Amino acid sequence: MLNFTAMTLTIGPELWLAAAGLLGVLLGALMKDAFNGLAFKFGALALFGAAAIAALFYAGGEAFNGLVRTNTFVNFAKIVAFAIGGFALLMSEGFMKRQGTGRYEYALLTIFAALGMGVILSAADLMTLYMGVETLSLSSYVLAAFHRDSARSSEAGLKYFVLGALASGMLLYGASLVYGFTGTTSFAGIADAKLSTGMMFGMVLMISGLAFKISAAPMHVWTPDVYEGAPTPVGAFFSSAPKMASIVVFANVMFQVFGDAMEQWRLIIAIIAGLSMIIGSFGALTQTNIKRLLGYSSIANVGYALVAVAAGQKLGAGPLLVFMTIYAISSLGLFAGVLAMRRPGGMVEGINELGGLMRKRPWLTVALSILVWSVAGLPPFGGFFGKLAVFQAGIEAGLMPLAIILVIASVVSLGYYLRLIKIMWFDEPTERFEAIDGSVTFVVLVSALIAGILFMFFIYQLGWWTDQAALGLGS
Amino acid sequence: MGGFPILSALTFMPLVGALLIMFVRAATTGSRSADAAATSGRTALLAGLVISGATFLASLAAFSAFDYGNPGYQLVEQYPWYKTISYKMGVDGLSLSLILLTTFLTPICLLASWNSIHTRVTEYVVAFLVLETFMLGVFTSMDLVLFYIFFEAGLIPMFLIIGIWGGKDKIYAAFKFFLYTLLGSLLMLVAVVYMYVAAGSSDFEVLEKFRFAPEVQTWLWLAFVASFAVKLPMWPVHTWLPDAHVQAPTAGSVVLAGVLLKMGGYGFLRFSLPMFPDASHLFQPFMFALAVAAIIYTSLVAWRQTDMKKLIAYSSVAHMGFVTLGVFSFNEIGVQGAIFQMLSHGIISGALFLIVGVVYDRMHTREISAYGGLVHRMPIYASLFMLFTMANVGLPGTSGFIGEILTMIGGFQASTWAAAGAALGVIFSAVYMLTLYRRTVFGQITNPALNDIKDMNWIELVCIVPLALLTLLFGVAPNLIFNMTEGSALRILSMMAGG
Repeated sequence: MLNFTAMTLTIGPELWLAAAGLLGVLLGALMKDAFNGLAFKFGALALFGAAAIAALFYAGGEAFNGLVRTNTFVNFAKIVAFAIGGFALLMSEGFMKRQGTGRYEYALLTIFAALGMGVILSAADLMTLYMGVETLSLSSYVLAAFHRDSARSSEAGLKYFVLGALASGMLLYGASLVYGFTGTTSFAGIADAKLSTGMMFGMVLMISGLAFKISAAPMHVWTPDVYEGAPTPVGAFFSSAPKMASIVVFANVMFQVFGDAMEQWRLIIAIIAGLSMIIGSFGALTQTNIKRLLGYSSIANVGYALVAVAAGQKLGAGPLLVFMTIYAISSLGLFAGVLAMRRPGGMVEGINELGGLMRKRPWLTVALSILVWSVAGLPPFGGFFGKLAVFQAGIEAGLMPLAIILVIASVVSLGYYLRLIKIMWFDEPTERFEAIDGSVTFVVLVSALIAGILFMFFIYQLGWWTDQAALGLGS
Repeated sequence: MGGFPILSALTFMPLVGALLIMFVRAATTGSRSADAAATSGRTALLAGLVISGATFLASLAAFSAFDYGNPGYQLVEQYPWYKTISYKMGVDGLSLSLILLTTFLTPICLLASWNSIHTRVTEYVVAFLVLETFMLGVFTSMDLVLFYIFFEAGLIPMFLIIGIWGGKDKIYAAFKFFLYTLLGSLLMLVAVVYMYVAAGSSDFEVLEKFRFAPEVQTWLWLAFVASFAVKLPMWPVHTWLPDAHVQAPTAGSVVLAGVLLKMGGYGFLRFSLPMFPDASHLFQPFMFALAVAAIIYTSLVAWRQTDMKKLIAYSSVAHMGFVTLGVFSFNEIGVQGAIFQMLSHGIISGALFLIVGVVYDRMHTREISAYGGLVHRMPIYASLFMLFTMANVGLPGTSGFIGEILTMIGGFQASTWAAAGAALGVIFSAVYMLTLYRRTVFGQITNPALNDIKDMNWIELVCIVPLALLTLLFGVAPNLIFNMTEGSALRILSMMAGG
């Protein structure tokens, strides 16, 4: 029986985003450049609206003959990802305008990327999944290349596109194998099907394709280059909202589709997680460009998140959400910090140019330091609890070697996080920084406050919410 | 339970004060002249002194509410936090004595910085107060995860203190300090998480009753010791300490030697012994060997030092060897002696770093060879220095004697050889301390720059004289401490015995 209202509500946020995106295209076509000024606020409003719809009008269940299905687990990710995406868009405006690329397409692409995130999160069928992945990816490729006059940005976009297309191919090939051996594309159907070697082949290929999207090693090589080349706000966006969404989708696929094959995929995920942690933390040690450094740092953090995935649904789902929520917020804040540092004649990107920041912008530095320490997982800041949750899941699942790697990677990564602190606090000031946009400072301070400080006190509530959300996966 | 949460108030008072100072500073940074900066720095220091003084009073209030007759945890507060982790605080005699040491030393550290810290004074005060909160938290927490959080968070302000206000190689020293300690702590974190997964709680009282299987204990014990051995520090993982001490500002060294090192000993007593008794017995010979190695080896190393601070740093390692010896003797006299030795060493080594700081502020060198004949120009200084030299050697009548003799008696009951080795170390300590004293204080003035050096001013006296009085007081009336710590020492040992 077709229940129109229920179906609409099930994909409410996605419908809203699609409508907003199309309206934006229409407005852009009519108003031309006059829309540029408004578009960023329009886009942010669309994203916040989507987050609000996901939060307030959540309706779980299936729709469209089982093509989409939402549960509290993915809905939680939606709320966080959309809201963070909105903030990312809001703080991009000043930067993009100064670079002469403050065009409305940027905001629209972000909306469509968010639509893609919503679709993959709601996917209950391989077709829907692939459609969402492509929506997200294609928007991302263009966003990476948004500074079309800059060689670096174009290079980043192209690189991302070529490698991303390869990964999509793998995902698609894997999906077709799975379909071939199970005879169905629906998640529920695959989950019920008998395990077979061919299906395992398909699963591994799908894991590889998805691993690319979340930039997990060994599919991570594009990450530092794209983060460095893409405009800084785009990097901020990539490292926060879509990352949150894709990892949760990754977990969702593993738990919901291949849940019975856990013994088979656990080792694969564990290896991917271990490699990501090691490559991410060692790779960042020698970086001098702060965006590259953050790129490697995000690889390492994906590794931590995958520890929770490897721990399995029962133990890992809640901790995964805790970790990713805190990480996504901190990551956005860190990139905002990079955006906040502008000197005459361009952006600050070299790490050493941050010298003596403490003397000039004490509050910004304190906020940034809290974020750095939080991402590094040092107590008492929020990030510590994220890591602790993941860590506990790993140990409870008996993944001791992975827990040890996590510890080692954390110490190594402290090597470069501390270097950032050292440069900001100990070194003598180098150059004059220019005034920055209020929205950027706002994002830095707010994210430090939320990820670093508030979650220290309200970690109990966050843990409770995420545990409730994880129950939505069923048992 | 119930009533005013005095431990939380005590712990977070410095932190709140630090935040207040930051906000007041942010609100008043209109004029940015050098003059104004100097005044605001002084004001901040004064504010810091008031706050840490108030914290000391609060700790006295906790002390007065403490019941000597009750060996368990007292003044307990508990609130739920994250899953099974709770925010739980409480003290017993062991932790209360270390809390008093901390709150007592912090104002002295701030006062000692009055004339030696000139740059970024407000930040300095803030860092110190934040550090105090974390140190107090280590001793007041009764939940393993909470303990871990405070234990590791303390690295952050200390890193900044060494890195910003330190000496020439401060960056290297700060990184070494941080990464060394962090590696140890993270290994402990593995064990911490394992324990609370296995026991279903991270509450001390639950964990003390929970018996881990002997082979599991071995691993947990090793993980905990990895952290505490670095912190204490034990030979051979002590190498961060001389660097950190030498590069840190005077007050940083005082608090490092006075309180941070004690966290290692505290950890042994709080976790290793009661929670992993089988493993502790298993590793007793190993710990004795390391303790004796530390006492003898670092004493010899100390003897060859040309830098005054480095010498005292190595002597700290040696003295902490006595703590290890006492703790792992598993008898009342040894454990009591270890606790006493921690407190006594906190006072004496803190004072010795202050003593070095006095001449360093005047001469800006710590080379022993740059001094000599100080007694002719600085008689008060020379006599106070003499007192602490003797206390460090362990002369009867000073607190150093009590700690050393008790840990050795305790060690003797457990292993004759260990006690014999430790006794050898006592002789060496006399050798290097007396050498240091002779070369800096006695003799003729050879360095012309020393001709118009001034004796101690009243600020320095205010810092050091209380420490001197305490050294003598505890030397003649050690029961003041023993009465407080007896209950917890016996309780720890009875838990070891499986009671």
